[in-house]
Amino acid sequence: MAVLAPPTTPAHEPAPLALPEQRIFVASQWQLMWWRFRKHRLAMVSSVIVIGFYLVVLGADFLAYADPDRSEAQRSLMPPQRVYFFDGWRFAPYVHGFKGARDPNTFKRVYVADPTQKVPVRFFAEGFEYRFLGLIPTTRHLIGVDRGRDASTTIFLLGTDLQGRDLWSRLMYGTRISLTIGLLGVTMSLVLGVVLGGLSGFYGGITDTIIQRTIEILRSIPTIPLWMGLAAALPREWTILQVYFAITIIISLLGWTELARVVRGRFLAMREEDFVVSARLVGCSQLRTIFVHMVPSFMSHIIAATTLALPAMIISETALSFLGLGLRPPAISWGVLLQQAQNVQTVAISPWLMLPAVPVIIAVMAFNFLGDGLRDAADPYGR
Amino acid sequence: MLAYVGRRALLAVFTVWAISVLSFAIIQLPPGDYVTSYIAQMASTGSVVSEEEAQQLRIQYGLGQPYYVQYLKWMNLVVRGEFGMSMEWRRPVTEVIGDRLWLTMVVSLAALVLTWVLALPIGIYSAVRQYSPGDYAATFVGFIGLAVPNFLLALVLLYFGFVFLNAHVGGLFSPEMQDAEWSGARVWDLMKHLPMPALILGLAGTAQQIRIMRANLLDELRKPYVVTARSKGLTELRLILKYPVRVALNPFASTIGYTLPYIVSGSIIVSLVLGLPTVGPLLLKALIAQDMFLAGTIVLLLGLMTVIGTLISDILLVWIDPRIRLEET
Amino acid sequence: MAAEPLLSVRNLKTYFAQDEGLVKAVDGVSFDVAPGSTMAIVGESGCGKSVTARSILRIVDRPGRIVEGEILFRRGEAATDLATLDANGAEMRAIRGAEIALIFQEPMSSFSPVHSVGNQIDEAILLHQAVSRRGARDKTIEMLRRVGVPSPEERVDQLSNQLSGGLRQRAMIAMALSCQPTLLIADEPTTALDVTTQTQILELMRQLQKEDGMAIMLITHDLGVVAEMATDVAVMYLGRVVEQAPVDAIFHDPKHPYTRALLRSIPRIRSRTRERLTPIAGSVPHPFDRPHGCSFHPRCTDFIAGRCDASAPELGPAGPGHAVSCFLYE
Ligand SMILES: Nc1ncnc2c1ncn2[C@@H]1O[C@H](COP(=O)(O)OP(=O)(O)OP(=O)(O)O)[C@@H](O)[C@H]1O
Ligand SMILES: [Mg+2]
Repeated sequence: MAVLAPPTTPAHEPAPLALPEQRIFVASQWQLMWWRFRKHRLAMVSSVIVIGFYLVVLGADFLAYADPDRSEAQRSLMPPQRVYFFDGWRFAPYVHGFKGARDPNTFKRVYVADPTQKVPVRFFAEGFEYRFLGLIPTTRHLIGVDRGRDASTTIFLLGTDLQGRDLWSRLMYGTRISLTIGLLGVTMSLVLGVVLGGLSGFYGGITDTIIQRTIEILRSIPTIPLWMGLAAALPREWTILQVYFAITIIISLLGWTELARVVRGRFLAMREEDFVVSARLVGCSQLRTIFVHMVPSFMSHIIAATTLALPAMIISETALSFLGLGLRPPAISWGVLLQQAQNVQTVAISPWLMLPAVPVIIAVMAFNFLGDGLRDAADPYGR
Repeated sequence: MLAYVGRRALLAVFTVWAISVLSFAIIQLPPGDYVTSYIAQMASTGSVVSEEEAQQLRIQYGLGQPYYVQYLKWMNLVVRGEFGMSMEWRRPVTEVIGDRLWLTMVVSLAALVLTWVLALPIGIYSAVRQYSPGDYAATFVGFIGLAVPNFLLALVLLYFGFVFLNAHVGGLFSPEMQDAEWSGARVWDLMKHLPMPALILGLAGTAQQIRIMRANLLDELRKPYVVTARSKGLTELRLILKYPVRVALNPFASTIGYTLPYIVSGSIIVSLVLGLPTVGPLLLKALIAQDMFLAGTIVLLLGLMTVIGTLISDILLVWIDPRIRLEET
Repeated sequence: MAAEPLLSVRNLKTYFAQDEGLVKAVDGVSFDVAPGSTMAIVGESGCGKSVTARSILRIVDRPGRIVEGEILFRRGEAATDLATLDANGAEMRAIRGAEIALIFQEPMSSFSPVHSVGNQIDEAILLHQAVSRRGARDKTIEMLRRVGVPSPEERVDQLSNQLSGGLRQRAMIAMALSCQPTLLIADEPTTALDVTTQTQILELMRQLQKEDGMAIMLITHDLGVVAEMATDVAVMYLGRVVEQAPVDAIFHDPKHPYTRALLRSIPRIRSRTRERLTPIAGSVPHPFDRPHGCSFHPRCTDFIAGRCDASAPELGPAGPGHAVSCFLYE
C-alpha cells in the first residue's frame, strides 16, 4: 500500500526552525537543565533564599550581635524592639530605650519604652569576640549598639527568651545547627540510598527483592515513635557534638528509602538505554560503566531528590528537639528554640517565642520548590 | 488476587517482626536491666522486693542470657498479653495505656478519612478546572500543608484559639467528659472534638494527595479513552468520575499504605501540643523517665495497629483495581 | 454532489489560543458528506484532520474553540447546525454516539484499562436506547459477534488489555456502531495495525456500511486506503480543504498543485515509465506563522507572484462534484 511521504526538508533549503534546534542539540546536559530551570520562577526565587540561608550558616556570628548564651534575668521575655530608621530626615536608625519593672500585682516583668531615649544602632559595631568563618578573630558584627552607657542601651530585634537571651542572635546560631544537621543527614541518607538503590537497580534479582522489601517494611512503620525511642536512649552525659552526630544518624535513617527508590528507578531505566548497552558492548568493565557512564547521567536526578529530602530532615530535627529528645540545650537549633513555645500560656503573653517557626517554614518551602524545579529541569517528562 | 493478598500479608508479618525487634531494642538500650530498675524503683517508695520475687522475674525475662533468648522470652510474654509493669506508674503497662491506644487509632483514622474526603474532590476539581482560581487556591493550601510541620500548625491554631477565643481548643473531650465512663454522650463529645486534630494531622497528607490526584488525573484526562467515552455522549461529570478518576484512583489508593504510618507518627507530636489523651504524651513521658517497658510496648502496639490498618487498605486496593484482581489468579 | 448532503461543513474555523500564540488548527474548512457515502479526508500530519473530526462531534480539547462556521447535520428532514449547540448540552449528547460515532487511531488506549470491554459498549447502548441492562448486554454480545470477535460471551467481560490490537479495533467498531449511527467518523482507524489486520478491518467497515447504510468520514494518510474505500475525497492543507472531488476525479484529474504533488510523492503500481518519486519541496510551515495569501504558495510549483501571496483563493467549482481552491482555476 502506498503511504504519504512524511514532509522532508531538502538540505539546500534552510527551514526556519533549524537554527534554534541546532543550538539545543549542541548544548550540554547541564546547560539544558539550566535553561529549563530558569523558566521555573518559584524555583529561582527559592534558590536565592536557600543561598541566603547558607550565608547565614557561614556568617551566623557576624549577623548575631549578642552572645547567644548570655542570659540575664533582668531582661527575661522582653518584646522585640521597634527600629526607627529615620531620625528626622536623616538616615540614622535607632531604638528606644527600655525600662523593666515588676508589676506589683502580677509579679510579672513588664517593659516600657522610653521615647525620650534614643539608642543609635551602629553598623559594624563592636561586640563579643569570635572567629569570622572560623578563621579571622574579630569583634565586629553587622549591627550593634554602643555598650557600657547604662542598662537600658540594648537592642533586641526579636525580643528575648525566658532566660533573657537575645532571640535574633540565637536564631542565627540555630540556623547554623539546623541547616547543617539537615545537610549532613541528607548526605548520609544519600550514601545509603545510592549504594542500596544502586545495588538494587543494577543487580536486580534477589538483591533487588530483599532491598525493596526492606524499604517497604521501613515505610510501613510509624517512624517518629521509633526515632523517639532511639533518641531517648542516647546517654545523658554525651557532649553536644556526640548528640549532634547521633541525631544526624537517626534522622538520616529516615530519609534514605526515597532516595534509594529514585536511584533504583534510574538504574532500571538506564540499564536498557542505548549508551549503557553500547558501553557494555565495547567492553567497558562494570564499575566503569556505572561510574563513568551511568552515575553522571543521573546526577541531576540525585541532586533533585536530595533537595526534596532535605525538608523532611529539617522537620525531623525540629520535631525531635522540640520534644526534648533531640538536641538539648545548651545546643541551639530551631527545634530547641521552639521548645520554649510549647506552653500556650507563655506564647499568648510572649508570641515572639513562636518566631523560630518562620525560618523552618520558609526553609521547608524553599527546598521543596527548589527540588521541584530541579526535578522538572532534570527530567521534563518524569514526575 | 489471592497471591497478591498473600504477598501483602507475608510482608505484614515481616513488618511486625521488624517492629518487635526494634521495640525490644528500645527496651534494652538504656543501661541497667528491668529487674534491677524495678527493685530500685520499689525501694525508693519504701517497699521491698523479696529475693525470691526478683529471681522469679529474672528467670521470666531471661536476664543474663543471650539477647535472642531474652527476646524470645519477652515475645512469649507479649503474645500472651503480658506486657510487664510500668516503673513510673507501678501498674501493668496495659492498664496504663488503657483507652489511649484506641484513641490514637481513632484520631489517626479520622485524619485518614478526612484526608481522602478532602483530597479526592479537591484533586479532581483542581485537575478538571486546571488554572482556575479554585485550582490556585488548592495549590496554595497544598503548599502550606506541605511546608508547615503539623506540630507547628497545632501550636499556631492553639495560640489563635487562646488569644481570640480565649478557649483551649485542644483535647479530645470537654472537661466534664474527661474522666467519664464511656457512654453515648461521651462518644458524641469525642466526635465533636475530633475534626480539629484530624484536620491538623491530615493537612500534610491531604496536600500531598491533592498533588498526586491532580497530576494523575491531568495525565489521564489527556488519554484517548476519555475522548472515546466523550464521543459516546456521556455527561462530562459522569464521564470524568467513571473513567479517568477511576484510573487515577489506583496510584492514589496505593499511597494509602504509607499515609497511615505517617499520620500515626505525626499524631504523637501533635497530641503533645494539643494535649490529646493518646499514647503520644505517655510515650514521651515514658521515654524521659526511661520507663522502657511502657515505651517499648507503646511502640510495638502502635506499629502493630498501623500494619493491620495498612493491610486492610491493601486489600481495599484489590477491590478498586481490577488489574490486580486478574493478576496471577 | 448528489441531493441533500448528510453533513455539510461550511467555513469551519477552530482555533487554539495558547500562550505562544493562536494556533489556527482548522481555518475555514468546507466539505460535504452524502448519506451512505465514504468521504476520505487526506493531508499531511498536522493539517487539522483530527481537529475537524472533533469539531464536528464538539469534543475539541481546551483551549480549542470553534470561532466561525457551520456544521449542518441532517436528521430526518431538518438540518441542525452542530456548531451552535451547547457542546455539553443534552441535544449534542444525544447526537454524539447515537447518530455520529467516532473510532480512532490508538486501539491500545481507546478503551479504559480498568473497565471491561462489555461495560464500555453497554454504556453507549444504555445511554441512547430504551433497553434493560440484560438487553444491552445481549446486544453488546451480538454486536461483538457481528464485528467478528470470536467467543464474544467471554470477551465481553475481559479488560481491553487482554485483547489483541485487531480485536480491540473490532470492539471499538462494535461500540461505535452499537447505536446504528448515520455517520461514522473513523480517524486513521488502521494506522496502528499491521497490514493484514488493516485489510480485515477495512473489509469489515465496508461490510457493515453495506448492511447498515451509514456514511463514513474516513481520515487517513494512506492514499491506498482512499482508493480502496472512498467515494469522495477532500484534500486538506494547513487547516483548509484545498480540493474536494469524487475519488476517480482526484486520482485521474487532480487540479490543485498540492493534490498533484501529493500523488506524485507516492509510488504508482501501474506506471510504465520509471518515474521518480518526488517529495513535496519545503516543509509544513509552523502553525504560528502561516504564510500570507494561499498557504501553499511557498511550496507551490505554479506560484503566481503578486497573486498567490496576496490573497487566499476561495473553494470554487471545477467540474461535476469537483471543487478546488486555487487561482489557476478561477
Ligand atoms: N489540544 C491542542 N492544543 C493546541 N494545539 C492543538 C491541539 N490539538 C491540535 N492542535 C494543533 O492543531 C493542528 C492540527 O492538529 P490535528 O491533530 O488535527 O492534525 P492531524 O491532521 O490530525 O495530524 P495527524 O495526521 O498527525 O493526526 C496541529 O498543528 C496541532 O498543533
Ligand atoms: Mg490526527
